[in-house]
Amino acid sequence: MILRRMRSVVTVRRALAGFSRRGDLFGLALFVFSLAWGGPPGAADAWAQKGVIKVATQTPLSGEQAAIGEHIKLGAQLAVDEARGRFQKLGFTLDFVPYDDQAKPEVGVANARNIVADPDILLVVGHFNSGVALPSSEVYRESLLAMISPANTATQITDRGYPNVNRVCGRDDVQGPVGARFAAEDLKLKTVYIIHDKTLYGQGVADNFRDEAKKLGLKVLGYEGTEERANFSPLIIPLRARNPDLVYFGGIYNQGGLLLKQLRERGVKATFMGPDGLDSSEMVSIAGPAVIGSYYTTVAGPIDAYPRSAEFAKKFKQHFGKQVESFGMYAYDAAGLGLTAIEQAIRELGGKRPTRAQVSAAIRKVKNYQGITGTITLDGKGDPVKTKYFVLKFEKSAYPGKVVRVIEQEAPAAHKK
Amino acid sequence: MKTAWTLAVLAYVILTSLLARRFPQSVLALLAFEASLLVVYLAPLARRTRMLLAALVCVFLLPWLGVANPYFLEIAIQVGIFAALALGLNIVVGLAGLLNLGFVAFYAIGAYLWAIFGSPQANAFLAGGYFPLGPGWFFPFLVLAIAVGGCTGLMLGLPVLRVRGDYLAIVTLGFAEVVRALLNNLDKPINFTNGPRGITPIERPALFFAPALELLGVRVDAGVLYPLYFYFIVLLLVCAIVVVTRRLEESAVGRAWKAIREDEIAAACMGVPVVRMKLLAFAVGAAFASAIGTVFAAKQVFINPESFTFMESIGVLAMVIVGGMGSVAGALFGATALTILNLQLLKGLSLWLNSVRQSGRVISLPFLGDYDLSQIPAQFEPAKYERMVFGLILILMMIFRPEGLLTPRKKRADGRAAAGN
Amino acid sequence: MEGLVLGFMYALIALGYTMVYGVLEFINFAHSEIFIIGAFVGVEVLLLLQASGDLAAWQPVLLVLFVLAGGMLLSGLSALGLERIAYRPLRGAPRLVPLISAIGASFFLQDFIRLVESLWRNTFYLTYPTIGFLEKPIPLATNLDVPVKSFLVIATALAMLLGLYFLVNRTRMGTAIRAVAQDPETAALMGINVNRMIGLTFFVGGAMGGAAGVLFGLHYSLINPYSGFIPGLKAFTAAVLGGIGNLPGAVLGGLVLGLMEAMAASYLSIFTGGTFGAEYKDVFAFAVLILILIFRPRGLMGEAVREGA
Repeated sequence: MILRRMRSVVTVRRALAGFSRRGDLFGLALFVFSLAWGGPPGAADAWAQKGVIKVATQTPLSGEQAAIGEHIKLGAQLAVDEARGRFQKLGFTLDFVPYDDQAKPEVGVANARNIVADPDILLVVGHFNSGVALPSSEVYRESLLAMISPANTATQITDRGYPNVNRVCGRDDVQGPVGARFAAEDLKLKTVYIIHDKTLYGQGVADNFRDEAKKLGLKVLGYEGTEERANFSPLIIPLRARNPDLVYFGGIYNQGGLLLKQLRERGVKATFMGPDGLDSSEMVSIAGPAVIGSYYTTVAGPIDAYPRSAEFAKKFKQHFGKQVESFGMYAYDAAGLGLTAIEQAIRELGGKRPTRAQVSAAIRKVKNYQGITGTITLDGKGDPVKTKYFVLKFEKSAYPGKVVRVIEQEAPAAHKK
Repeated sequence: MKTAWTLAVLAYVILTSLLARRFPQSVLALLAFEASLLVVYLAPLARRTRMLLAALVCVFLLPWLGVANPYFLEIAIQVGIFAALALGLNIVVGLAGLLNLGFVAFYAIGAYLWAIFGSPQANAFLAGGYFPLGPGWFFPFLVLAIAVGGCTGLMLGLPVLRVRGDYLAIVTLGFAEVVRALLNNLDKPINFTNGPRGITPIERPALFFAPALELLGVRVDAGVLYPLYFYFIVLLLVCAIVVVTRRLEESAVGRAWKAIREDEIAAACMGVPVVRMKLLAFAVGAAFASAIGTVFAAKQVFINPESFTFMESIGVLAMVIVGGMGSVAGALFGATALTILNLQLLKGLSLWLNSVRQSGRVISLPFLGDYDLSQIPAQFEPAKYERMVFGLILILMMIFRPEGLLTPRKKRADGRAAAGN
Repeated sequence: MEGLVLGFMYALIALGYTMVYGVLEFINFAHSEIFIIGAFVGVEVLLLLQASGDLAAWQPVLLVLFVLAGGMLLSGLSALGLERIAYRPLRGAPRLVPLISAIGASFFLQDFIRLVESLWRNTFYLTYPTIGFLEKPIPLATNLDVPVKSFLVIATALAMLLGLYFLVNRTRMGTAIRAVAQDPETAALMGINVNRMIGLTFFVGGAMGGAAGVLFGLHYSLINPYSGFIPGLKAFTAAVLGGIGNLPGAVLGGLVLGLMEAMAASYLSIFTGGTFGAEYKDVFAFAVLILILIFRPRGLMGEAVREGA
């Protein structure tokens, strides 16, 4: 047994020695062995003089939330692909490693340990679920590995004040109030019925919407959470009885679109509004013509407002054959911001490879990063300093909606709770 | 002969650990090391040698590797957590023959017990602002969790044991769903669980040995210390559970359970207190799950109801059956195999495939010509299909080893009878 | 009304569980995926028709029948294949072993559907095209309009149930199935091809699931490969509630569960003054289930279960 083991070690050594040789038949054998040694074949490629820098994503790639997780992954992947040439000039090979966190906290934490253990990874773009992001970022913090979230809007994420945890998306306590202000001041509505999806995200936005709405004098007629995915009529019956002016839905389009459709089918005429979870072309294909006249808030500049967005959307479509969604845009910006920071850190160090702590610090130092979702500067907690919120209205049964109002909102300073 | 084997196994263990230390990024090296416990178990060794070797691996080598790469420890901790759950469920399903599809409920109860009181959450419904309780309270709560878990097990068991077979399964499933829905919804009218938003930050257990470390002049980074600490807590718990299970199994209680499993009516006729014994099985299993739940909460620092879904119950059940029902080694092995498969092996595989794809290498396939790997469409992203492969492996395992991967050597006949119920 | 729709849907799915259980005594966990396969076939057929522009040309009733038939056929066939590959080699293995194999199959199928759909359509969230006829409201009473599709679910489900009842109780094939369910060995001695009958059971059960899948899609419009899981779980619960292995029991169980859920969702918040809302409907449904089973440990109609199950 030992002998066999030894022999295999010798073979592997030989294989490792032959790593830089190019030979296609040999290549196949190399793949098998590189599995054994965990080193990516790319690492050995000749032009990598200073080593490899990797960007990881952690999102759900399997299971029900995989569609969104995949968009995040693709957005980040595009940013990495584009930055490859720039990094090559600096002498580094840039690699992209997607992880599937299965939307499960324990899987996310295990992946996080794995990510932290790979010294080449200098940036994590993730997660989708705040429930996974919170415990995983505890792990990243131990080595100050920078995490930039494209989707976690829960206030707790940055309110812990970790130096390595950032986000490029909005906060629940900003987006919710923005929606409420628009409803009260611009639409001049009087009553609202709030529904949320009982997730960290949906309920977070809904709570903040409710609090602000109350302050602005909107009457909250109902506040319900639901995990339902198909049949909303039990919710709609009491809603219809109270006859609100506005229905606010805190959640994602796959529920929101269906809810809206069923609301209209059952003759509810109230205005419909939701957060950036509804910012997706799927919203239109699910709700169909029912989508007309509904509103959503988002930080992602719609394509017709930003020429850059249109260009980006085209690129995305070319690369992946899919329509880009807002999560893809955020992820592109998260990765882009992180990569810019890494580049700056490399330059500051005179071309040397930065440490994780240096990258984390550099991310906070980036000023006015020109992203697809706006100009991003992070504050001391890792929130975008000033966020421009767009309120959009679906005027036709087509995505995206039309911008009807732009609200600028500052992130609240350290939130004491 | 025995000595030769001992030396061979020892050499294997040490060699693989050296390899894993040398190549911390390698999935296979780690796997070979993890297999060393299996080697220790399967090799024809004396009982004492086996124990010593296992102790060597678990107490020295694994932490030694873990200091170099805390990821190993994370895997080991999760394996331990699932092993404890599988052992608990093994008592209920494997020994007493009561199909429980809602085992995760007890795990959740333990986790939330510490989460609520070990975080500021309890302030939401108890006046005085005493919370979070300090990290020193963790261990009393571990004991409390055992008691609470056991009592819930009893409480559920009392009415429910009227129901048999698959009806019992569905009642336990319902119970677990009720528990999960309550956790998810009890943020109003009174905020007990903070609903889907979950609870954080949860205190980690006290480092009561910290002064001693300081005295010795050992300085350990918190990023390594806590995983190491949790690893030993989990290891101790699993060992304790193994010992308790073994003791119970070999006592009159264990024989009574097996009798009930084989034939309830016959057992009753022979004077086995059927109801009492069933309740005991429920309570013991629940207590184990609840205890490990507290550790899970403390380890994660954040928990919400998403960790306690029906799929987790099913996962643990799969571990028990894949390993081989009714045996301690089987439950341990099933938990280890499936956890490693899911968290490590499939991840490693997909990361590797991903890197192959990115390398843009062109491979020549016989008869098919050259193929540029980077041209594989994005839909084939390997990370997305880990679960598919996982499912396939489950089916194959069952087809080729329907009695479980590991049926105990001397008890094989017994295991077959157990499974044949 | 919602409750009835939901109830019949559960009933159709529950039949698949209960038929398999009656014959093989194990829980076919992958049945929820068989169900969703039906839904996917339905949406594919409709989308293809829509793409070719023929959708509007079809007579709606014929269209629905056609889609239903397609969904049933494919679901039935996949159930058959599943039995061949994943369950038949395990015949005679310990009782819980096929259960694990079924769980594996369930995982596999979910992501397999996803793979196929993302290769084919580059997305795996599919929406049923709107068929105007089905959305037409029929006024039942003041303030209560019920769209045609709700009636469609109930009517189809009833037709299927009657058909199944006839098949099982009035035909030679049905007699053979029942014989196999009661005692496979004796049945084999009597010259019944047990394997074929088991295959048939899977096919019929799968077809029922497929029909339910198409109805589910038509009624709720949005599907993804994972959306079969929850209805599957509920239907399984319904099957047990009615007394597993018992066909009328499954239907009764489905109806009870569906009605209970709908009632709880609509009225719970009214009765408790808003303290407990619709989010407690599952708690309520499962609590009632537990109570029923405690007082009727064999399910609502289950005396047909043999000892030692």
